Amino acid sequence: MARRPRLRGAALLGTVPFLAYVTIFLIIPTLVVVIGAFAADAGGFTLANVRSLGDEHIVAAFGRSLTLSAASALIGAVFGALLAYALVTAKTGGLLRRVVTAACGVLAQFGGVTLAFAFLATIGLSGFLTRWLTEHGFDPYANGVWLFELPGLTLVYTYFQIPLMVIVFLPALDGIRPQWREATESLGGTTGQYWTRVAGPLLAPAFLGATLLLFANAFSAYATAAALVSQGSPIVPLQIRGALTSEVVLGQANLGKAMALGMVVVVAVVMTLYSLLQRRTARWLG
Amino acid sequence: MRTLSRSAAITLAAATMVSLTACSPPETEPASASGSAATATSAADLGGMDALIAEAKKEGRLNVIALPPNWANYGEIIKTFGDKYGIKVTSAQPDGSSQDEINAANQLKGQDTAPDVFDLGGAVAAANVAMFAPYKTATFDQIPADLKDANGAWVNDYGGYMSIGYDSAKVPAPTSVDDLLKPEFKGKVALNGDPTQAGAAFGGVQMVAVAKGGSPENVQPGVDFFGQLKKAGNFLPVDPTPATIASGQTPVVLDWDYLNTAEATKVSTWKTFVPSNAVLGSYYVQAINKDAPHPAAARLWQEFLYSDEGQNLWLKGGARPVRADAMQKAGTIDTTAFAALPKADGTPVIPAEAQNAKAKEYLAANWAKAIG
Amino acid sequence: MAGVAVRRARRQRALRWSVLLLLGAFFLFPLIAMVEFSTRDAATWPLLVNWPRLSETYPDLAAGIVASLGQAALTSLLMLVLLVPTAIWVRLRLPRLRRVVEFLCLLPLTIPAIVLVVGLAPVYAWVNYLLGGSSLTLVFAYTVLVLPYAYRAIDAGLSAIDVRTLAEAARSLGAGWTTVIWRVVLPNIRSAVLSAAFLTVALVLGEFTIASLLHRTNLQVAIDYLGRSSATMSVAVSLAALLLAFALLLLLSLFGNRSSRESR
Repeated sequence: MARRPRLRGAALLGTVPFLAYVTIFLIIPTLVVVIGAFAADAGGFTLANVRSLGDEHIVAAFGRSLTLSAASALIGAVFGALLAYALVTAKTGGLLRRVVTAACGVLAQFGGVTLAFAFLATIGLSGFLTRWLTEHGFDPYANGVWLFELPGLTLVYTYFQIPLMVIVFLPALDGIRPQWREATESLGGTTGQYWTRVAGPLLAPAFLGATLLLFANAFSAYATAAALVSQGSPIVPLQIRGALTSEVVLGQANLGKAMALGMVVVVAVVMTLYSLLQRRTARWLG
Repeated sequence: MRTLSRSAAITLAAATMVSLTACSPPETEPASASGSAATATSAADLGGMDALIAEAKKEGRLNVIALPPNWANYGEIIKTFGDKYGIKVTSAQPDGSSQDEINAANQLKGQDTAPDVFDLGGAVAAANVAMFAPYKTATFDQIPADLKDANGAWVNDYGGYMSIGYDSAKVPAPTSVDDLLKPEFKGKVALNGDPTQAGAAFGGVQMVAVAKGGSPENVQPGVDFFGQLKKAGNFLPVDPTPATIASGQTPVVLDWDYLNTAEATKVSTWKTFVPSNAVLGSYYVQAINKDAPHPAAARLWQEFLYSDEGQNLWLKGGARPVRADAMQKAGTIDTTAFAALPKADGTPVIPAEAQNAKAKEYLAANWAKAIG
Repeated sequence: MAGVAVRRARRQRALRWSVLLLLGAFFLFPLIAMVEFSTRDAATWPLLVNWPRLSETYPDLAAGIVASLGQAALTSLLMLVLLVPTAIWVRLRLPRLRRVVEFLCLLPLTIPAIVLVVGLAPVYAWVNYLLGGSSLTLVFAYTVLVLPYAYRAIDAGLSAIDVRTLAEAARSLGAGWTTVIWRVVLPNIRSAVLSAAFLTVALVLGEFTIASLLHRTNLQVAIDYLGRSSATMSVAVSLAALLLAFALLLLLSLFGNRSSRESR
C-alpha cells in the first residue's frame, strides 16, 4: 500500500515535458494578456485599459465583429444545414456523399490570405466576375466598394462557414431515424407536423450549438480580414493589429491586451454554451 | 492533503512564471562587440573615414528594415551602397511600418538579424530616442538645427509634400481637393493606408484638413471630407501599391509626392499634383539602433546617406533631401532632378509633434466612423 | 402509402440537386476565377513550376515556401513527441489526469490566434534571446495551435484499442515503458498519428496571423507581400497552395475513413 503514492509521484514525472511546454507557450501567454489588460504602461495596476473598451470606436468595432460573426454564422448555418440535409437524403456511403464531405473538410479549413485572394480574383476591382458584369452593363460597385467592408467580409466568411456547418451538423441529421417519420405518418401526421413537432425540436439544440460554433469561428478569424481590409479597422482583430503596429497612435500595447481579453471572454461564453448544447444532443444521438 | 500541496505547488510555479514574464531577457552585447564602433559618435572616434570603411567592410553586412525599393529610390540607394563598399545589405519587411521597425529591434535584440538602422516617422522616432545611438556624420553641421537632435541621436533625412497622384488616362486632372468629390472620381480615390496606422495616410488627412480650412492639429474638416467622399461612393478602401496602380485599380492616390512621382516611371500617364495653399510637408528620421549587430556598417550607411551622393540619390527618387539648401549653395545638387520636383504653391506647413498628437486623438476616435 | 413515399423521394431528389447545384456553383466559382485571373499573364504558371527561376525572381516567396515546409515538418515532429507519449502515459498510469490534459489541449480553441500573438510576444523575446530569430522558432506557437486537433485524433485512436491490456501483456513479457510506448502502442494507433500529422501540416501551411505579427516569414506572409507587387502571381500561388491543401486533406479523409472502419 505504501508504494502507491510514491509510484504516483514518479508517474507524474512522465507528464512534466507536456505540462512544462503547455505552461510556457499557452498558459503564460494567456496570463500575459489577462495581466497586461490591467497593467499601466509604466507598470502597476490600472483599470484604464479596460475602461477604454468603452470608447465609442472600440464599442463600434465589437459591435461590427458581433454582427459579422452572427450574420456569417446564420447564413452558414442555414445553407450548411440545407446542404447537410441534401446529403442525408442521398444514399449513405455513396460517392456523392463521400466527395462532398471530403470537400467540406478541406473548405472549412480554407481561410486566410489565400481565401482573400480567391475573392479578389473573383469580385475584386479587376476580378473575373466584376469584369464580366461590367461588360454586361451592371456595375456591382455602383454604390461603393462593399467587398472591403462588412458585407464583403460576410460573403467571404460564408465560404468557410457553410462547409464547417455541414461537418458539424451532419452527425445530428444522421441520428434522425427514418422510422420516426414513418411513425408520425402512421399516426396521421403531415410533413409540416413532422418537422415542427418531431424533427425540429430534436434537431434544434444541435442546430443552435453548431451555429454557436460557427459564431466563435468567425469571431476569432483574423487572417482573411487582415489580407482584405486595409482601411478603418472595422472589426476587433484588426483593431488589435492597429494597437500593435500603428506608427501614428502609439503606446496602445496594453489596450490591445484589453481588447484581446474582451475577445477571449466572448469566445469563452459562446464555447461554454456550445458544449452545454453538445451534451444535450449527445444524449439521444448515441 | 496531497491534492492540496499539489495545487499549492502549481500556484507557486504559476506565480514564478508570471514574474518571469514580467521581465524581459537580459541585455546582450552587440553580436560583433568591436567596442569602439558601437560607441563611436563620429567617424573621427574611429580614426577617420578610412578606418570606418575598413571596420564596416570587416563586418561585411548591414540590416535595414521597412525600406520599400520603390520608396524614395531606396532600391538604388541600397544597391549603390552595397556595390561601393562590398557590404551585403539585407532588407527585411520592406513593407513594414515605423512601429514594425521598433518592434523588430526589440524582438530580435541581440540577434544577428536585428535591424542596424531605422528610417522612422517623426512620432515613432520621438517616442523611442532611448533606442538610438547618437552619431554625427561629416555633413552634420549643414543640417538645419530644427531638423536634427543636437547630439545626433536622430536626424531628419528626406521629406516631401502631400500630393494627389492620378492617372491622366483614366480621370480628368483635379485642380483642387474638392474636385475629388465629382462623379468622375466614383470609386477611384485611395489613401495610402489607414491614417490611424500609417504616417503617409495621416499626412493625407492633415493636408485635406488644411485645404478645407482646418489645420494640422484640427483635422476634423479632413475627416469630414473623407466622410463625404465615402458617401459619394468615391472613396476606395484599397491599399494602393505599385501593383494596383499599374493595373489601374487605384487611379487616384493621396500620398507623399516622392512616392507618387516614382510611379510615373512605370505608368507614363501618372501625374502628381500638390494642391495650392495646402502644402503639407513632413520629414522622415534616420537613426542608428544602439544594439546594432553591425555598428560600423550602420555608421557608414549614415555617412553615405548624408553625403552628396546619397542625398542626390534621394532627390532622384523625388524626395527632398534634408541638405538640399546647402547643396544648392555649394552647387553639388543634381539640378535636373531638383527641377523635376512637383511644384508647390504656398508656404509649406510642417506639423509639430504637439499638433500631431491632437490630430491623432481625434482620428483614433472618429476615423472608423467617418468611413465605416 | 407507396405513392406518398415515391412522391417524397422525388421531392427530396429535386431539393438535393438544386441545393447541390446552387452551392456547388458558389464554391467552384472563385476557383474558376482564380484560374482565369492567374492565366491573364501567360508567363505566370511556367514561372511557378520552375523552382530555380522562381527563387531568383521572387526570393521572398521562395524563402516563405522553404520556411513553411520546415515549420510543417518540425511542428508535426514536436507535436508527436510531446503528445503521443503523454496521451499514452496518462491513459495507462494517470487516468485521473486525463480531464486536465484534455482541457489543456482543447484550451487553444477558445483563444483566437490574434489573442495568442498578443500574449506570445514576451515569451518570444526569450525565444529570440535563447534560440535566435529564425522563422522555424514559430514551431513552438504552432504546436499549441494544433493541440486541439491533434489531441482529438490521437485520443480517438487510443480509444479504439485496449491500451491497458496491450501494455500489461507487453509488461508481463518483460518490456520496459519505452518499449511499450514505441514498439507496442504506437504501431497500433498508426493511422490516428498519421491523421494528426496531416492536420498539423494543413494548419501550418495555412497559418498567417502569428507569423505576420511576430515578424517572421512563411508561405502565407510571402503570398500577402507578393500581392502588393504582382497580383497574378499571388493568385497563382494561392491556387497552388489551395490545391496542395486539398490533396493533403483528401488523403487525410481517406486515412480517416480507414481507421474508423478498423475501429468498428
